[in-house]
Amino acid sequence: MNKEQVTVTVNGRQYERSVEPRRLLSDFIREDVGLTGTHVGCEHGICGTCTVLMNGQTVRSCLTFAVQAHGAEITTVESLGTPTSMHPLQEAFWEHHGLQCGFCTPAMLLTAKELLDANPSPTREEIQEAISSNLCRCTGYQTIVEAVETAAARIRGEGQ
Amino acid sequence: MKPPPFRYVRAGSLEDALSALASEGDDARLLAGGQSLIAMMNLRLVRPSALVDVNGVSELDFIRSENGTLAVGAMTRLSAAEGSQAIASACPLMSEAIGHIAHRPIRNRGTVGGNLSHADPSSELPAVALAVDAQMVVQKNGAVRRVAADDFFVGALTTSMAPDEALTAIELPRAPDGQGWSFMEVSPRKGDYALVGVAVTLSVDDGRCNACRVVYTGNGDRTRRIPEAEGAVVGEAASAATFAAAGDAAGRHIEPNSDLHASEQYRRDIAAALTRRALAQAAARCAQEG
Repeated sequence: MNKEQVTVTVNGRQYERSVEPRRLLSDFIREDVGLTGTHVGCEHGICGTCTVLMNGQTVRSCLTFAVQAHGAEITTVESLGTPTSMHPLQEAFWEHHGLQCGFCTPAMLLTAKELLDANPSPTREEIQEAISSNLCRCTGYQTIVEAVETAAARIRGEGQ
Repeated sequence: MKPPPFRYVRAGSLEDALSALASEGDDARLLAGGQSLIAMMNLRLVRPSALVDVNGVSELDFIRSENGTLAVGAMTRLSAAEGSQAIASACPLMSEAIGHIAHRPIRNRGTVGGNLSHADPSSELPAVALAVDAQMVVQKNGAVRRVAADDFFVGALTTSMAPDEALTAIELPRAPDGQGWSFMEVSPRKGDYALVGVAVTLSVDDGRCNACRVVYTGNGDRTRRIPEAEGAVVGEAASAATFAAAGDAAGRHIEPNSDLHASEQYRRDIAAALTRRALAQAAARCAQEG
């Protein structure tokens, strides 16, 4: 099968790779770029676990071919923060127990980031609507909603 | 859960795409947002021999007014259409319906043309197209034709387009002044495929309903209008009793399937209830406009 040359910017760094056209963006990020923070769940667009930002917007990386990301900017969870310098969302998830097993967390964080980038003061309902695209089987979602509320307040410069 | 191999053609223009579609043969498909196509390929339900990628065809990404209609290009992303003031003003039913399509990440990639071409009987936009009597602009190399929505959708995942044809735009007639609208659906979870959905347009003059369309998703293998429900409304008073009668007619005449999500009878009951509520909401919106 012919391969295609693709150039994709992931977290600000450019990667050139030769891939089969059928290579999913999720596998490209994990296998070809080597960033395993993006998790893969159902691989047919239902669970939302593989969500990344493509040119600033959330997309299912399992429903996108790597060849379609040619020339695009991808943002994955690795860009958000580090263990010693966490993103306000990561900090709030930690404090509010917004995760247990952590499988859905990278996508939850990026989904919440897209929401807060567009709407710094979301209502609880708007948070629920946004994260409804992602399945979490541990938390029951309440603690995730609370974490996003706290992070939003901190990013606005309010609260603790 | 990995897609089967295919030949990949990156189209730079509509002309490129239509030529490739013609030369790659009947098993080639256009790749727009891919939100249904790639899922079906991952599940190995479909194995297209070639994909012609139209994501770089910017001439198909537009929303513009043309002689009393609003033309929406096939590559308009659903999230862009959802936020479009032009669509909200010319066809508020479409804006309302798009909010029911899956979730934000899917709408960021999924396109208006891809949704319509996929012709899923539980999808929202085919119902909108039928409710507002939209024209589908279908092109192949060197030829353009316009197809009424009712002639475009043939069956489950089937349209009247030939393999070398592509949907390039949908033309939405401007909603008449004072027309009410409503889109409602019931799904097991937010963003899931709906069990039943209804799209309504309604005009009321001096308390009487003088024009009405009611269209159902989840109606077996094809989205369609239910003339018996419309007949229960047109010429009658805009009242709860009229809308209840229309609901009863819809529940009797819709042709839903039974599956593990819901029985046929439950879907009939939902159709009746949604019809009642959607007509009432559309009537209230008529009143607001007038």
